[in-house]
Amino acid sequence: MAYLDKHEVDPATGKTTTGHQWDGIQELNTPLPRWWLWMFYACIAWSFGYWIVYPAWPLISGYTSGVLGYSARGNLAEDIKVANAARRKQSEGLENASLESIVGDVRLRGMALAQGKAAFGDNCAPCHGSGGGGGRGFPNLLDDDWLWGGKLADIHTTISHGIRAPTDDGTRVSQMPAFGRDNLLKPDEIRSVANYVRTLANLAPEPKADLAKGKTVFADNCASCHGNEGRGNPELGAPNLTDAIWLYGSDVGSIVTTVTNARNGVMPAWAGRLDPALIKALTVYVHSLGAGK
Amino acid sequence: MSDTVEQPPRKSLWIRHQAIERNSIFLLLGILIVVSIGGLIEIAPLFYLRGTIEKVEGMRPYTPLELAGRNIYVREGCYLCHSQMIRALRDETERYGNYSLAAESMYDHPFQWGSKRTGPDLARVGGKYSDEWHIAHLKDPRAIVSQSVMPGYPFLAQTPLPTKAITDHLSANRKVGVPYSDDMIANAEADLKAQANPDDPNVAAFQKRYPNAQVRKFDSETATITEADALVAYLQMLGTLVDFKLYDDKANLR
Amino acid sequence: MDSATLKKSMTVSEMALMVIFGCLAFLCLFIAGKSDEPGYAFHAGLSAIASAAAVFFLFNRYFDRPAASPPLEINGKPNYNMAPVKFATIAALFWGVAGMTAGLWLALELAFPGLNFDQSWLNFGRLRPLHTSAVIFAFGGNVLIGTSFYVVQRTCRARLAGQLAPWFVVIGYQFFIVIAATGYLLGITQSKEYAEPEWYADLWLTVVWVAYLLVFLATIWRRKEPHIFVANWFYLAFIVTIAVLHLGNNIAVPVSLFSGKSYIVWAGVQDAMFQWWYGHNAVGFFLTAGFLAIMYYFIPKRADRPIYSYRLSIIHFWALIFIYIWAGPHHLHYTALPDWAQTLGMTFSIMLWMPSWGGMINGMMTLSGAWDKLRTDPVLRMLVVSVAFYGMATFEGPLMSVKAVNALSHYTDWTIGHVHSGALGWVAFVSFGAIYCLVPWLWNKRELYSLKLVNWHFWISTIGIVLYITAMWVSGILQGLMWRSYTALGYLEYSFIETVAAMHPFYVIRALGGGLFLAGTLIMVFNVWMTIRMREDLATADDAGTRPVLQPAE
Ligand code: HEC
Ligand code: HEC
Ligand code: HEC
Ligand code: HEM
Ligand code: HEM
Ligand SMILES: [Ca+2]
Ligand SMILES: [Ca+2]
Ligand SMILES: [Cu+2]
Repeated sequence: MAYLDKHEVDPATGKTTTGHQWDGIQELNTPLPRWWLWMFYACIAWSFGYWIVYPAWPLISGYTSGVLGYSARGNLAEDIKVANAARRKQSEGLENASLESIVGDVRLRGMALAQGKAAFGDNCAPCHGSGGGGGRGFPNLLDDDWLWGGKLADIHTTISHGIRAPTDDGTRVSQMPAFGRDNLLKPDEIRSVANYVRTLANLAPEPKADLAKGKTVFADNCASCHGNEGRGNPELGAPNLTDAIWLYGSDVGSIVTTVTNARNGVMPAWAGRLDPALIKALTVYVHSLGAGK
Repeated sequence: MSDTVEQPPRKSLWIRHQAIERNSIFLLLGILIVVSIGGLIEIAPLFYLRGTIEKVEGMRPYTPLELAGRNIYVREGCYLCHSQMIRALRDETERYGNYSLAAESMYDHPFQWGSKRTGPDLARVGGKYSDEWHIAHLKDPRAIVSQSVMPGYPFLAQTPLPTKAITDHLSANRKVGVPYSDDMIANAEADLKAQANPDDPNVAAFQKRYPNAQVRKFDSETATITEADALVAYLQMLGTLVDFKLYDDKANLR
Repeated sequence: MDSATLKKSMTVSEMALMVIFGCLAFLCLFIAGKSDEPGYAFHAGLSAIASAAAVFFLFNRYFDRPAASPPLEINGKPNYNMAPVKFATIAALFWGVAGMTAGLWLALELAFPGLNFDQSWLNFGRLRPLHTSAVIFAFGGNVLIGTSFYVVQRTCRARLAGQLAPWFVVIGYQFFIVIAATGYLLGITQSKEYAEPEWYADLWLTVVWVAYLLVFLATIWRRKEPHIFVANWFYLAFIVTIAVLHLGNNIAVPVSLFSGKSYIVWAGVQDAMFQWWYGHNAVGFFLTAGFLAIMYYFIPKRADRPIYSYRLSIIHFWALIFIYIWAGPHHLHYTALPDWAQTLGMTFSIMLWMPSWGGMINGMMTLSGAWDKLRTDPVLRMLVVSVAFYGMATFEGPLMSVKAVNALSHYTDWTIGHVHSGALGWVAFVSFGAIYCLVPWLWNKRELYSLKLVNWHFWISTIGIVLYITAMWVSGILQGLMWRSYTALGYLEYSFIETVAAMHPFYVIRALGGGLFLAGTLIMVFNVWMTIRMREDLATADDAGTRPVLQPAE
C-alpha cells in the first residue's frame, strides 16, 4: 500500500489519517499546531539572542564570550563589592576601630552585633549552642565564668587563634595531664582527689572518701594550674573548680574521667577563615552575651 | 472511518521521513547520531580547554587515610544530603567561604558536588570544628545540634579500618590519573598508620610526601584506627588545600 | 517440518548459555572465596548460585520443551510470546511497592530522624539510592521492558524474537536489581546518582541491555507492517541512548578483581559533566522517551481513537532526542562548571519545552472526540492525568533551568517537588494506566476485577501527589529564600540549622502524601491480584487474551 495515497477520514474530527494501522491504532495527519510551532521558534530565537550576549559556544582554544563580557565569578566579585560598599557605609570605621571604641559607639556596636549574630549561628552555635548557652564540653558564653578571660582582648585572642587548635601556631595551649592514663596517679588517688574537688565547690563527697589524701594529691598535682584554693587560672585556661559551673559534669564519675584522661577541649581558630572585621564583630557579640569583663 | 481520499504523493519532509520509518537500521543510526552531538560538544572541550581547571597552589592527592575516609563518605551516601560545591553566589560565599574551584576536585574520582542540601555544604568544613566535635556529632548528631535531622553513625567508631588494601586503592587511583608516586604507593599502608598516630616513626617521611597533611589521633576515644578516624581525617582536610591568599581570581574567570 | 517426528536436539544458544553460566558459576565461587570484602563476597556467592541455577533451569527446560521451537504463527495469526511480559508486569508491581515503601520511610526519616535507628543499612544515605533505583529502574524499568515487549509484538504483528533471549533479559534484569539493591544496603555504591551500582553490576547490566536491544530490534525485523510504529521509535531511542549513557558515565577501574570498589575514570568537573549528561538524560530517555512510548500505544488503544498528529510525532521525536542531550548542565548552574557550558544547558532546556509538550499534545488531543470516556473509564483518566502531569513537569523543568530561578531552587526541596511531580504524576500514573490495561489482556479477562477500586486508587493517589508536591514547593522556596535572606543591615539572617528546623512541618505533610500514594498503589496490587485470580476467562475470541477488550466502565 503506497503511503499517503489512501486517506481515510476520521468521522469524529473530519481529519484524514495517514492510512496506516498498527494493532488497530491509526494516526491522523493533523498539521503541526501553529501556536506550538511559533512557541518553539520563539524559544530558539531567544536562545540565539542569549548566545550572543553570554558566554556560550566552545571553540578550539576558547569559547564565545558574549558581548556583555559576563562571567558568574566576575559577577559575584561585583556583587560582593557592592554589598560590602553598602555595609561599609553603615559600618564606617568598624575595620579600624579598636574593640573598646566599637563597644563605646552605639552605631558601630549595633553593626558589630548584627554581623556577629549572623556569623555566630553558622560557625559557633554548633558547639556553643544557638543562644550561646554551651553544652557538655563546650563552654557557656552567657555566664561570667571565663576559662581564658572575659575581657574583649581575651575573647578576641580566643576566637582568632582558638584553643589547642591544631591548625594555628599562636593558639592557646595548656594541657592538663592525663593523670590516670599516663600512670601519674593511682586510681584510688584519683578517686580521692575527685572527692576533694567536689568539696571545693561545696558538693558532698562520697561517704568513704579519703579527703585528706585528696587534699595532698591536689596540692601536689593540681594546684599549679587550678590554684591552691582551686579558683582556676585564666592564663592557663584552668577552670575555677569552686563554682557551680562545670564543663564536663560535677559527679564523681565525670571528675574521675577528667582527671584520668584529661579533656583538653579544642576550639578551632578562626583567623584564617573569617575576616578580621568579622572576628571583631564576633568578639563584641560574644562579649555582649554574658557578663563580658 | 470508511471514506478514502486519493492524493498524489508529494516529495515533502513527511514523505522523506518514510525511509527512516521503514528501516530500523536507519532509525537506529539516526538516533545514535542525533544523541551524540550535544554530548560531544559539551564534554570534549572540558578536556582540552585550558581554563577549565584553574591553576592553583597547594592541591595534592589525598593521603591514604583521607582516601579511606572519603570512601566511607561515599559508602554512607553523605553526598545525598551534603553538597561540596559552593556556588558563585554571594550568600553562599558568605556562609561557606570562597566559591569552589574546579581545581579543588581535580583528584576526586568520583566528584562529590552533590545535588541536595539537606545538611550544610561541606566543601570547606576542614578545620571548622574539632575532631572531638565530629566524633561526637557522627555518633549522635542530635546530642550536639538538637534540631539536626542527620542520621547517627555510631558504628563508625566501633569498626576498625582495614588497612592492607589501601595500596591497591592508591594504584587504582593512579590508573585513573591521580599523580601518586611509586614512593607513595609503596608506603601507603605505613602512611595510613602514621597519619593517625603522631608517635609513629614514619610521620616525618609521611609529611614530606603529603605537605600540609594533618597528623593526629582523630578519634582519640579508641586506641585502634577506626573508620571514624579516617572519615574525620577526610572531613578535616576538606577545602584546606588551596591557599586563597595566593589565588588570583581575576585570572580564572570562565 | 513435522514437530512430532522431529528429533530433539539442543540448540546452539542453549548449549552456549549453559557453558557460559557454568564457567561464571565457578569464577564467582572463586572470587567469593578469595575476596575479603564481605559485601562483595556475598554478591559473588549470590552470582555463583544464580549461575548454577541458570544451568539447572536450562537443562530442565530442555527436557521439558517440545522438540520443535514454538511456531511464529498459528493459523496465520502471530503466536505472541506474552509470558515474559507477564513476568515483568508482576515484577514491576513488586518493586513499585518496595521502592515506594522505601520512599515513605525516607520521608519519615527526614521528619523523624530517630527512625534511622543508628543502623548502617537503615540510614538515610544508604536507603535513598535504594528508593531512587527501585522506583526508577526496578519499577519503571520493568514497566518499560514489559510494555515494550508487548507493544513491539502487537504493532509488528510478530512473535518476540528469540526463545531464551527475552527470558534472559527479564530475569537478568531482576538479578541486576537484586545486586544493586542489596549492595546499597551493604554500602556498595559508586555515588553517581542514578548510576550507583558498582562496576560488576554495571557490567552485568551492559550484557542484559545489549540482549534487550537485540530482542527488540530483531522483533522489529520480523514486522508485517512496512512502517515502524511511533511507540517503537521512542522505545528504540530509549534503549539505545540509555546504553550510550550507561557506558559513558560508568567507566571505572576496579581496585582488583577481588574488590567491589572501583574508581570512576573521570574526575572533578569532567566527572560532574559526565554525571549530569547521564543523569539528565536518564530523565530524558528513561523517564520520558520510554514512557512516551507507553503513552503512544496505550492512550489511543484505551480511548479507541487515532493518534492526534503524525507530523507532530515526527517533529517532536527528533527535536526531543536531539535537544535533551544538551540540557545536562542545568544541574550545575553557578558551580565550577565553566559558564559557557551552563549557558548551553540553560538555553537547550528552554528549547526543550515545546518538543516535550509535543508529546503532551499528542497524548491529550488523541482524546478529541472521546472526552466523555474520561467520566466513565478511570483507567483512561489515569493515563490522561499522567500526561497533564508530564506537561506540568516539563514546564517546571525549563523554568528551573533558568539560571536566576535555579540559583534559588538548586539544592532545595523544590527539586524534590519537581522530581515527584514528574515521577509520581507522570511516570507512575502512566505505568499504572498501562498495567491496568495490560493485566486483563495478558491474563485473558474481560475487564479488571473492579473499576471502582481503580477510581479509589486514582483519587487517593492524586491527593497524595498534590500533598507531596505542594509541600515541597513551599518548603523548597522557603528554604531557598531563607538561605539568601539578609537583615536590614546586610548580613545573613538565618543560620543553616534554622532552615532545617523550618522544613519539619513540610516533611510531615510530604510523608502523609507519600503514604496516600503508596496506599493507592496497594489498592492496585489487590485489584490486579483479584483480576488474575478471577474465574471468568475469555476463551471465546479467536485470538483470546491478546486482543484488548474495551468496554465502557460501569
Ligand atoms: C568545635 C567546637 C567549637 C566551635 C565551632 C567554636 N568553639 Fe568556642 N570553644 C570551644 C571549646 C571546646 C572551648 C573551650 C576550650 C577549653 O576547654 O579551654 C571554647 C571556648 C570559647 C571561648 C572561651 C570561653 C571562656 O570561657 O574563656 C570563647 C569566647 C569562644 N569559644 C567563642 C567562640 C566563637 C565566637 C566561635 C565561633 C566563631 C566559637 N567559639 C566556635 C569549642 C568551639
Ligand atoms: C597543666 C595544667 C593543669 C593541671 C596540672 C591540672 N589541670 Fe585540671 N584543667 C586544666 C585545664 C586547662 C582544664 C580545662 C580543660 C578543657 O576545657 O578541656 C582543666 C579542667 C579540669 C576539670 C574540669 C572542670 C569542668 O568544668 O568540668 C577538673 C575537674 C580538673 N581540671 C581537675 C584537676 C585535678 C583534680 C587536677 C590534678 C589532679 C588537675 N585538674 C590538674 C589544667 C590543668
Ligand atoms: C539526612 C541527611 C544527612 C545525612 C545522610 C548526613 N548528614 Fe550531615 N548534616 C545533616 C544536617 C541536617 C546537618 C546540620 C545539623 C547538624 O549539624 O547536625 C548536618 C551537619 C553535618 C556536619 C556539620 C557541618 C557544618 O558546617 O555545620 C558535618 C561535618 C556532617 N554533617 C557530616 C556528615 C557526614 C560525614 C555524613 C555521612 C557519614 C553525613 N553528614 C550524613 C544532614 C545529614
Ligand atoms: C510513595 C511514594 C514516594 C515517596 C514517599 C517518596 C519519597 C522520597 C524522598 C523522601 C526522597 C528524598 C528527598 C530528599 O533527599 O530530600 C525521594 C527522592 C527521590 N524519589 Fe521519591 N518518593 C516516592 C515515590 C517515587 C517514585 C514513584 C519515583 C520515580 C518514579 C521517585 C523518584 C525519586 C527520585 C528520582 C528521587 C531523587 C531526587 C533528587 O535527587 O533530586 N519517588 N523520594
Ligand atoms: C523539559 C523537561 C525538563 C527540564 C528542562 C527539567 C529540568 C530540571 C532541572 C532544572 C532540575 C534541577 C536541577 C538542579 O537544580 O539540581 C531538574 C531535576 C530533576 N528532574 Fe527535571 N526537567 C524536565 C523534566 C523532567 C521530567 C519529565 C522528569 C520525570 C520524572 C524529571 C525528573 C527530574 C529529576 C529526577 C531531577 C533530580 C535530579 C537530581 O538528582 O538532582 N524532569 N530537572
Ligand atoms: Ca539528587
Ligand atoms: Ca554505576
Ligand atoms: Cu535535568
